[in-house]
Amino acid sequence: MSSREKILSTIKNNQPEFAEVPEIKKFAPFFNDACEKFVEVFKSVGGKPFVVKTQEEIILLIHEHFPDAKRIVSSCKEISSIADDYTITDDPHSFENVDLFVIESKLAVAENGAVWINDNDIMIRALPFIAAHLAVIIHKQNIAATMHDAYNKIADMEYGFATFISGPSKTADIEQALVLGAHGPKTMTAFILND
Amino acid sequence: MERTGHHPQLAEHFNRDEPRVNWHDETLWFIRSKRDKIANTIPEWEELREIASQLKNNVLSNLSEYLIAFEKNATRNGVNVHWAADAKEHNEIVHSILQKHGVTKMVKSKSMLTEECHMNEYLEAHGVEVIDSDLGESIVQLAKEPPSHIVLPCIHWKKEEIGELFQKHLGTPAGNADPQFLTNAARLHLREKFLTRKVALTGVNFAIAETGEFVVCTNEGNADMGVHLADVHIASMGIEKIIPQRKHLGVFLRLLARSATGQPVTAYSSHFKKPRIGQEMHIVIVDNGRSRQLGRKEFRNSLKCIRCAACFNTCPVYRRSGGHSYHTAIAGPIGSILAPNLDMKQYADLPFASTLCGSCSNVCPVKIDIHDQLYKWRQVLVKEGYVPAAKKVAMKGMNNILSKPSLYRTAGKTGRWFLNHLPFFVKNKFNPWYKQREMPEAPKQSFGEWYRKRKV
Amino acid sequence: MRAGLFIPCYIDQFYPQVAIATLQLLEKLGVEVVYPTNQTCCGQPMANSGFEYLAKGCNELFIKNFAEFEYIVCPSGSCTLHIKDHLHDEKNEHAAKDIRNKIYELTEFLTDILKVEKINASFPHKVGMHQSCHGQRGLKLSQMSELVAAPFSKPLQLLKMVNGMELIGLSRADECCGFGGTFCVSEEAVSVKMGKDRIADHIAHGAEFIVGADMSCLMHLEGILKRQRSNVKVKHIAEILNGE
Ligand code: SF4
Repeated sequence: MSSREKILSTIKNNQPEFAEVPEIKKFAPFFNDACEKFVEVFKSVGGKPFVVKTQEEIILLIHEHFPDAKRIVSSCKEISSIADDYTITDDPHSFENVDLFVIESKLAVAENGAVWINDNDIMIRALPFIAAHLAVIIHKQNIAATMHDAYNKIADMEYGFATFISGPSKTADIEQALVLGAHGPKTMTAFILND
Repeated sequence: MERTGHHPQLAEHFNRDEPRVNWHDETLWFIRSKRDKIANTIPEWEELREIASQLKNNVLSNLSEYLIAFEKNATRNGVNVHWAADAKEHNEIVHSILQKHGVTKMVKSKSMLTEECHMNEYLEAHGVEVIDSDLGESIVQLAKEPPSHIVLPCIHWKKEEIGELFQKHLGTPAGNADPQFLTNAARLHLREKFLTRKVALTGVNFAIAETGEFVVCTNEGNADMGVHLADVHIASMGIEKIIPQRKHLGVFLRLLARSATGQPVTAYSSHFKKPRIGQEMHIVIVDNGRSRQLGRKEFRNSLKCIRCAACFNTCPVYRRSGGHSYHTAIAGPIGSILAPNLDMKQYADLPFASTLCGSCSNVCPVKIDIHDQLYKWRQVLVKEGYVPAAKKVAMKGMNNILSKPSLYRTAGKTGRWFLNHLPFFVKNKFNPWYKQREMPEAPKQSFGEWYRKRKV
Repeated sequence: MRAGLFIPCYIDQFYPQVAIATLQLLEKLGVEVVYPTNQTCCGQPMANSGFEYLAKGCNELFIKNFAEFEYIVCPSGSCTLHIKDHLHDEKNEHAAKDIRNKIYELTEFLTDILKVEKINASFPHKVGMHQSCHGQRGLKLSQMSELVAAPFSKPLQLLKMVNGMELIGLSRADECCGFGGTFCVSEEAVSVKMGKDRIADHIAHGAEFIVGADMSCLMHLEGILKRQRSNVKVKHIAEILNGE
């Protein structure tokens, strides 16, 4: 008998009587304003949120906060004037010297400051991790209250890879002292477009 | 430096440095407090725990079907699925994938399963260099130690000691113990590894039966850095990691990081469904005793664990004895109910390394009855003959007296019964009670004697 | 109202004053209290060591002693919990179940059954409350700090009726003291360290007395306090409520 069959047959013999899948009931959000909550939580996880009205504002803020950025990469049309585009066939290793990667996220979560990114949009999976700094553009109406709401939106979405990102890469492995910028981006900025 | 022995001896050794025990205890209590604080911001917290618990009950009750569905969907997604009956088979499968690609170097993000399988040792013996990329894990790896905590692998290390370790291995300047500086040194060191390794291995936090995808949660981004730059991604998962549908992640991701570190969610919750173009993806599904535990009615709930380590952080014994005193890959309260399933003889001490205070069961996000299982393991270990014979003789003697009132009364008045019949109630240095505690004073008469006199 | 008084063996032998206070307190509150003189022990020392199967004799004896009463009251959360969770008798399971349902720890008996609203006692001291884990997490005598739920505490509810007492807060409201039955000797190092830390928390907040509803925790803490030559003393809640 192969290991597969052995494992499956032991499990079948040993598993308890069938128990139903529970309902996930609808919980009322424990805050009033999803955008406000997102801003608050995103700050608490080490992120830098900016509520903006226009794409020009975003460009100004990028100039202001990343004055030394040599290589800015993005496929967002909002900032195409200051960023390099790229294609799906590029070697991920070639982005090792990217200073700032900017991406639009179509779903963010207020309760935990996370933004949803998938490879239909970013194409190169390594980009949000390998860049020294990460920025996301979020339309205000795309902020969901809780993770339940978020998963209701993406329950059937097709992708090869997707991720929730909440703040810059971090660690507290050394004596519980929080350090931002472990292996991934050292900062994460969110531009919330209130247009 | 690894010590051998059982929990009481290893814990006694840990306690020789009291300031360090205080520091260890305070650090973990700090994390428990953060968990309390954030849990209290979620009004439906207890309901969420209940749903998570019921979801896992469903998973255990339908596990074979879910695994088959997961395999089918993952295969359709272009992922290679392997099955490993035990640790050895898991290690062989990983090694064979490396051999197929002619690779002798690999990066790995955190996976307690590979610790359980002693994969690093196995691969090193076969000429493969494994680099742990989680900061905490890379620290203990440099120190040639196992992790002492499943979420915070080097929680027992002080920053000055890490500074010295990095000085020796990474060439950082002597005397620099700043966490920011040390983390950056590790970042630079590991970046080169990420850029050059062809194979990356990750653990799995959740595997979704319905879609064949799996989720890996990290704060550092090290799992993603590894796999998105590698040609081959290997993911090792225990059979119990399955959940039914994607939407159930909403429940588990709300609970996991809040329980673990008091964060609202980990920095990265990455969903891997298909390999990227040109990449190869493997999943190794590992049993290693889990299906046996599933058949132990009283202990199967231990398989609901999502490895958040909240039970470690709250455990008053863990905080004061350190992870290595459990001499098994997964320490703490959950480790103490998992380990005897793997080897009753070797781990017979662990279910006794608890006061049964019950705090673990209360923090557990999937509501495992941990302290009840500790109690039940004690009964099993005694019945199976894994406790010292002398203990049995003492217990039988004690029971003999306690079940016969006349014997109990004549056995001695006013405390003499205890002094005569409980071996530890003796005032000498061999008596563990008396070592650091005074004996209770024997009163003039027992309550029973007082009561009988009062009545007449 | 007639109640059987269950006095755990170590209270009988070492702390008779706690049993006397319990008896007097209940009598003052109008309960007819009977102490079956053939009682010994609940069997917990064996069971917690993994020898539950040996406790048969103890269980039969317990049922014989206490079956007749409407209520059974015990001044120990730990022993009460043991009976509630583990008292069984193959030959007489009905009686065992009956006993599991009618045994009460002293403070819950006072608040839930007698519904005590006034206590005639005074204790002009600074007091810290050490809640035993079995009483709290097992019997739910007070809310557990791990849960997201409204706070309450039956022992504190009673202590607040005592004149002149100042109740101090603790940094860790419900941390275990480390007694743990045979754990106190089999894991001596950790047990004592836990006890020392529990004491330090009380002392840091100015306690003159550590009060509890479980004499086993207090015996362990007292042993450490005495070795430290501390002025801080332990007291069972029954002694305070009885107001001698
Ligand atoms: S047993 Fe529960 S608390 Fe402990 S690690 Fe597992 S899920 Fe977390």
